[in-house]
This record gives sequence, C-alpha cells and structure tokens, in this order.
Amino acid sequence: MGSELQSVEEVKEALAGSGYLAGESAALVAFLASRLGKPVLVEGPAGVGKTELAKALARATERKLIRLQCYEGLDEAKALYEWNYRKQLLRIQTEAADTGWETVKDDIFGEEFLLSRPLLQGIAEEEPVVLLIDEIDKTDQEFEAMLLEVLSDFQISIPELGVVKAKSQPLVLLTSNNSRELTEALKRRCLYLWLDYPDAKRELEIVRLHAPELDETLARRLVEIVQMVRQLDLKKPPSIAESIDWARALLLLGAEDIDQEMFEKTLTTIVKHRSDLDTVAERVGVKLGDGIGGLKTG
Amino acid sequence: MESAGSRPVSGFAPRLLDFAGELRREGMALGTSELLDAFAALQEVSWTEQEDFKEALAATIAKSQEDRRVFELIFDRWFFRATEQRALDEEVTEERYDGGENLDFGELREQIRQAIREGSDGEMRDLARLAIAAFGRQGEGSGVIGVDVQRIRRALGLKGETAGAELPDPESVPRERLKGFERHLRRELERGLIERTQALPPARPLRELDRALPSNPLSDLAAVHRVVAQMKRRLATQSHEMRGHRKSEVLDMRRTLRHSLSTGGVPVEVITKPRRPRRPELFVLCDVSTSVTSASVFFLSVLHALHDAFRKLRSFVFVERISEVTELFERERSFQAVSRAIATDAGVADVSGYTDYGRVWQEFLTMVIDDLDPRSTVIVLGDARTNGREPHADIFARISERAGRTLWINPEPRLYWNYGDSVIQAYESYCEGVFECWTVKQLEEFVRALTEGQRTPA
Repeated sequence: MGSELQSVEEVKEALAGSGYLAGESAALVAFLASRLGKPVLVEGPAGVGKTELAKALARATERKLIRLQCYEGLDEAKALYEWNYRKQLLRIQTEAADTGWETVKDDIFGEEFLLSRPLLQGIAEEEPVVLLIDEIDKTDQEFEAMLLEVLSDFQISIPELGVVKAKSQPLVLLTSNNSRELTEALKRRCLYLWLDYPDAKRELEIVRLHAPELDETLARRLVEIVQMVRQLDLKKPPSIAESIDWARALLLLGAEDIDQEMFEKTLTTIVKHRSDLDTVAERVGVKLGDGIGGLKTG
Repeated sequence: MESAGSRPVSGFAPRLLDFAGELRREGMALGTSELLDAFAALQEVSWTEQEDFKEALAATIAKSQEDRRVFELIFDRWFFRATEQRALDEEVTEERYDGGENLDFGELREQIRQAIREGSDGEMRDLARLAIAAFGRQGEGSGVIGVDVQRIRRALGLKGETAGAELPDPESVPRERLKGFERHLRRELERGLIERTQALPPARPLRELDRALPSNPLSDLAAVHRVVAQMKRRLATQSHEMRGHRKSEVLDMRRTLRHSLSTGGVPVEVITKPRRPRRPELFVLCDVSTSVTSASVFFLSVLHALHDAFRKLRSFVFVERISEVTELFERERSFQAVSRAIATDAGVADVSGYTDYGRVWQEFLTMVIDDLDPRSTVIVLGDARTNGREPHADIFARISERAGRTLWINPEPRLYWNYGDSVIQAYESYCEGVFECWTVKQLEEFVRALTEGQRTPA
C-alpha cells in the first residue's frame, strides 16, 4: 500500500490539497480505512459531499477511482463480471472442427472471455484503487449479500474460474442516503461515517476554496442564507455543491450584494422544487427585503 | 487482527469490553468483530486526543445514527464514571480554584461568552470551573445539580439564540455551544459532589424517555419531521423493494400464443401479465381532541408525510364531528400552516372539545360509503376515549366490513387501554391490527405493517 497517509493530519491536508475540506471525523475515518484496510460506509443527507469524499480521496492518494453506481435491480452481471458470450461463440465456431470439447471448454472460460465489471476491476487492478459503491441503499438486499465476499476478503468467486483474489487492496467507500436500513452483515464489515451539512464556518471555507474570486462579505452572506434555507422544512434542502454553484453564479452576474432582486433571480440554483421555491421566497426573501433594503437606502 | 488485544492495549481491553457490555445492555447489536476492529483502530490513533479516540471508537462500533446517539450518551457517562472511580480508589483529589472572591463576575461573563462563541472545549471547561467557584461564593448551591446549572447560566446572563430571530441578540450565543457549556458545568458540579461524598451515584440505564417520541410538540417538531421524512423514504423504497421481491410471474396465455404465430407456432417468447402494483386507497381519520393534544401534532405531521407518499389519500380530522382536510393538506406545504388552518377553520365542530366516536363513525360512513371498497385501507389515529358516550361499535364494524383493511393507531401505552373511558376493546375485534404508538420504533413497526399489507394481492 502507499505510504502516503501517515497521520490524520496528513489525510486532512491531502484532502484539502485536492479541494475537499474534510471535517475531523471524515479525515479520521479515511485514515483508519487506509490503515485497517476496511471499507467505509458513509451515510448522510443528499448533497453533503459523500461521493465527493471518495473522489477527493482518489485524487489525494493518486489512485484511480472506480465507481459503481447502484440502482434498483442492479445484478452481478453489471457489478461483478459477465462472460463475453459472443466472443465465446466465435471461439467455438472458429475451432469447432478440429478441437476436442475438453480444450474448447477450458478455453472459453478463461480470463480472456471475462468482462470485468467495476467490482472485479477494483480488485484486479495492479495498482491499488479507490472503489466507490454509490448509493448502496438503492439496491436490493440480495445485492448486499453479494458484496460481502468482496468487502471482507477482497476476493470474488467465479464458479468456472475459481477465486479471483485481489492483486492490490482497494480503498472502498460505500455511500447511502439512508433510505432503507442496510443489513447488519454489511454494516459489521464497514467503518461508519456520518456526514452532515457543515457548519457556517466550514461551509464558508468550502465556498471560498471553490470560488476564491468571490468577495468575502458576499460569501459570508451567501453561506448565512444557505444555512437559513436549510433550516426550513423543504423537500430538498440545498447541497454544498449547490451553494458553490450559487457562488459561481453570483460571480458571473457580477453581483455585489445579495439583495431581494438578486436573490429571486438566482434562487433556482439552490432550490429546485416548485413548492420549495414558494416557501423560500416567502420566508427568506421577505427577510432579505427588509434587512438589506434598509441598509441600502441608509 | 492478530495483534488485537495483545500488546499495548492489554490493560485497556477489559475496560473496553466493559464499555461494550454497557452498550449491549442499552440494546446495541455489537459483535465481536466490531470490537476487534475497535482495538485495531485504537492502535492507529493517539490516545491523548480525546476527539480522535472517541471518533475511532465510534466509527468501528456505532453503525447508525441512532447507535451513535446512544454511543455518545454512554461514552460520556462511562468514561467519566471510570475516571472518577479510579480517582476515588487512588484518593486523588483535584485542586480547586478557590480565589472565587477575587473574580470579577462581569469580566468572567465576557470571557465565557467569548469561549462559547469560539467553541474551544478546553477553555470552556476551565471557565466552567471558574464560574462554579465564583458562583459558589454567593452560597446559592441548591444541592440539585440540574437546578444549579440553570442558576449559574442565568447568573452569567447566557442566552441561546432564538431561531429565526430578525436580528440576533448580541448577548446571545449559539444554542448548541451553550448546551456544551452547560454540560461542562454539570460535569464539574458532579465531580465536586463525588469528591465530597466519596462515592459514585448509582448507574442508571438510559431512560426510555431519551428515545421516546418527542412529547413536547412545538419545540421538537423538527425532530418529528426528521422521523417522518425518514419514514417517507422508507415507504418509497419499500414498495420498490417489494416489486423486486415478487419473483413469480403470471403467464399471459392469449398473448403468448398470438405472438407465437410469427415464429410458426413455437412460443419462443413467453409473455407474462404485466404487474399492476396495488394502488391503495387510504382513508386516515385523526383525532385532534384535547386528550391527545401532544400526540395529535405528531399524527398530523405523519398525515402530512403520508400525503406526499400516497397519491390516493383522503384525510379527516375529528373531535366531536368529522371534517375532511384532504384538500388542505394538498394545498399547503408548510406544516405550520396546516395545523393553524385545522385549529381555526377546518370546520371541526369542536363545541365541547370531547370526542364523540359514535357520531364520527356515523358521519364518516355517510361521507364515504360509496368510495369504500375492498381495496381501501382505513387508518384511525386516536385514543378511543369516548368520554362516556356510546362507542357505536356496530357502525365501526360496518366501516371495517366495507373497507379492505382497518388499522388503528393508539398513542397511549397499552397499559392504559380500556381504563377509564377508553373503549378500544370494542373496536379492536373489527380492526386488522391495533398498534400502540408512542415511540419512533413503534411508528416504524406500524409503517412496516402498513406497507407489508400492500403486498397481499387485492
């Protein structure tokens, strides 16, 4: 394994270097994961940077990122491996005449005819990789059971071929939006990390990191508003990525202040539901109108 | 793994096991493999950093948010007790700051406010000690720790920020941090008490209350909403899951044969009947009378959430009479607006404030008799306290006869059922299930029952 991650502090710095300001616990868990070789289960509301953490880890450790996006009905053919039956068929046809069955049979179940899918790819790589299994809660429970072998022993059993052992140990991250309870068996094999929305101070740092040209007072104001919006009972609260988007939008528009007009114009970058728009416009927009309007005329 | 529990942690291992035992007693499922992980993890972090130590332990042991909450509570208590016990055994006493007389209260107040805003833990602790010393000088210690904490807080003039205030009060400090400071105060006071009495107070298991549904509705509405939001997501995925689970398919003979004509009568392609998920029609009746006040806010928000999850849902509220609020729920997004509207003009004839179940059934039946069919589910949220009036179980029986399923959720603990004017027994036999529901867990059980029922074909 790489010797790059020696302490929690180093992890933190490395992540910051690749554009991800990790909280204390995120850095610590990432550090533990690389030291203990255990997968990490990352849970938290949508848009707190769960997926981004994996990407940043890959950048920080200079590893390749292999991503498996989960969805309902995902099966092993899409996640682990599949036999390339067209190629197998061709093979049989070209050699059918003069080769015995035994040789062909052995032949067509070789690695040459194996299509490796993300999980197999992740462990078969010579260089260690970061393996991201995104939104694991979207899959069925059966799929989780299938993951167990990969996650605990880093190997995959292929009936025709035998056990494929990992050539290198990947750093595995599983993310979940907590839309269903994951099985105990899966949880037991993972380290657990709960990511929440950052507090105002850290979010300000994040926004400043990604939109450094933005005026500091404006950024502060933006973060305040985003935090205020998150307090409301919305269908989809704004994510961190959206506050960064908003910062960039403001930059493009050359805004000097977030007043009511500007807010209404750019509101759609952070709020994306019809009913949410109304709530936010009503609750936050009015407040802005009062507060800043007063300042401006004064 | 081979090193787990051997070298540097040998003296610590029994303690951690003890700690794990305590967590298990609180109902956490904690396996040996997790403990081994915990040992391995602890070898990687420095023990002098309390945060690192705790996070490493939490990452390996507490595998959900709920577990994490229990973990936090137990961790603080357990390690505090362990250190205090050790201190007692070895007769170590801490030097207390006793220059209390010379402290300027005003300056101290400013320092504390500063420390709370910055949120530095160590400083808050030191200042908490100073505050106790300074406060002790005034001789107001009541002997009850909780009371003392609040007295000191008030003497220091510390206020939490009020949510949604137009202009933040310059005197106020972030609420979360203030809570942290109060924790330090409590801890230091406890420590003083232990030193004085030379004994640890008896250990108590976590109160069920800590995990019960938030009973103070308004302040904890956000907490209720979180629970409900989660439930909503579960509902959404559960139906997906169910579709995934149902493996058996029904052959569509006619179409298969018809299709086989194109391949010369050989049924190459088998056509199955499309799956038609059952669209349940839900009728929810919610008691909003005074006897269930605290619960009804909760139920209303459940209702609110159900409206998002189910397309075909009609909701009713009742006290003495019944009125339909389906439209209101569909129109209003904000929960506050909904509850306000229900309280003022939903047309609930709340003359006496006493529930009249018999009359409610009668009115409900006349309202929906034509819409009730075997595909519909009726859910009643109420305590079945009739205030001595006729329960009219026969009418309720007719409702449950026409509807496919009837479920009842009772916010009272089972212990109180059928006591006093509660007549739940009269209705119970007509319901497919009666659920006691006053903790989050029970609510989840109910939701499971509700959605599982959907699986049975109509």
